[in-house]
Amino acid sequence: MSYIGHGLSHAVFGGAVVSYVMSINFYIGASLWGLLSALLVQFTTKRRSISADAAIGIVTTASFAVGIAIISHHKSFTRSFDAALFGSVLGVTSGDLVAILFVAVSVAAAVIAGYKYLLFTTFDPDAAGTFGVPVGWVDAFFALALAATVVVSMQVVGVTMLAAAIVIPPVIARQHTHSFGRVLALSTGIGAICGSAGVYASYYADISSGAAVVLVSSALFVFSMVYTSARSHLTGARARARREAQKAGEG
Amino acid sequence: MTAGYGGTTAITNVSLAIYPEDFTALLGPSGAGKTTLLRAIVGGADIYAGEVLYKGVSIKKRQPRTGYVPQLETIDWNFPVTVTEAVLMGRIRSARFLPWFSRSDRDGAFEIMSRLGIADLANRQIRALSGGQQHRVFLARALVSDPEVLLLDEPTAGVDVKTRDDILHLLDELNHQGIAIVMATHEINAVAAHLPWVVCVNRCIIAEGPPREVFTPEMLRRTYGAEMPVTEFGGITMVAETPHFYGQRRDGAPGSADSGANGNAHDRGHHHAHGHPAELAGRPPGQRT
Repeated sequence: MSYIGHGLSHAVFGGAVVSYVMSINFYIGASLWGLLSALLVQFTTKRRSISADAAIGIVTTASFAVGIAIISHHKSFTRSFDAALFGSVLGVTSGDLVAILFVAVSVAAAVIAGYKYLLFTTFDPDAAGTFGVPVGWVDAFFALALAATVVVSMQVVGVTMLAAAIVIPPVIARQHTHSFGRVLALSTGIGAICGSAGVYASYYADISSGAAVVLVSSALFVFSMVYTSARSHLTGARARARREAQKAGEG
Repeated sequence: MTAGYGGTTAITNVSLAIYPEDFTALLGPSGAGKTTLLRAIVGGADIYAGEVLYKGVSIKKRQPRTGYVPQLETIDWNFPVTVTEAVLMGRIRSARFLPWFSRSDRDGAFEIMSRLGIADLANRQIRALSGGQQHRVFLARALVSDPEVLLLDEPTAGVDVKTRDDILHLLDELNHQGIAIVMATHEINAVAAHLPWVVCVNRCIIAEGPPREVFTPEMLRRTYGAEMPVTEFGGITMVAETPHFYGQRRDGAPGSADSGANGNAHDRGHHHAHGHPAELAGRPPGQRT
């Protein structure tokens, strides 16, 4: 389901364009659009013949296409959507910062409060329902939190880069722990470090902030993979050496 | 009760009673509706007609304490979750509004894990376990919810004979401690050896009773749509495999490999009266040994 972050970031672009055309507040319009897209994905996957990845691909690409179609149809489109697509830290206003802070605090508080329910629903949704977990509500909350995160991050990272920025930190964290709680804490820290380092790098290297954040995250991922592979190789070699020494001792 | 998913009916006119001391197997071919029946009891399937009752009251109003163990093939084994985290999920109903599990939840989980012999695996990721240990983790998750009824979907699938035997003895032990157990399974002979009561399912209930009474060629043909020879071994009714005689014609001649699968839907009778609600209640004493 990591593909949902990728898909939703593209879907929200359609909502951003529609909000602009209809003169609706960007945060409200794009968040609602993202929420509806995520719920539509969930509704579609309830039909057992359609897999989650296929549903995400269909719904979110169609949503992205709506945005592109509107931009291409209105030749006189004055607003540049480059920042929304690729991210531009220079375009971030104090209002954007307040929105980012509000979403970050709200989502963190809600994830902590609903941790048990989120974990059970994400891990084993079929059984969660039988243990009294309101799976539908938990799914809807997850969709809303993800949509809100994508919307407020768009200006800084851009929709095309956002998916990697969302997915890479937990993937790195997953290489270092098997516990869901630790993956959650570690990936939050890794995301914050990669985000800060990427934004600084984009300023000094004069490149798009979204690309810089993703490149820093990717570099850390490669480093992490090399480190964990080397560690696993070393542990195996030590175990083999111990066994051989034991055999030699017995002989 | 008639139930299914998304408008598609999986079981029709099923009437089944589960009693506190029950240790029951649901048998039937793949797609017979065993999982749907289990899930309907725990509120995980769509019910189109009838209802599930607990001590005479609809489960919508009064829910029994149920522990559900799903088929393990539905589990994402790469998910970052340790044995302790997986088992603690069963305590989700306790301290509903606290974001974390309490000390008593953790103690309860540890006690169950110790009882099932998986306490020393507490910090392992669930993929790094053997098949039998994985089954025990999900059994522990169901048990920490302190269930009155334990519903298991193929709890012995994919494990070796020794592990299967261990699991069935463990379930028998739990049953003797007062937990009613209903399990869907394909292990006909293990059911014959371990379980006192069996329910044959194929879209409806074909038959139910002690294995000795239910395991007849006629009932098995109606359940599985195939000829299945029945034999006796050590006082236990067993269902024999149809041997495959290599190099012989499959034309039904004596000794050939043709099993003569000829059952069809028209042969299936309904053992139960239709339209009665499935019920979790108290079986009159002395009916089962």
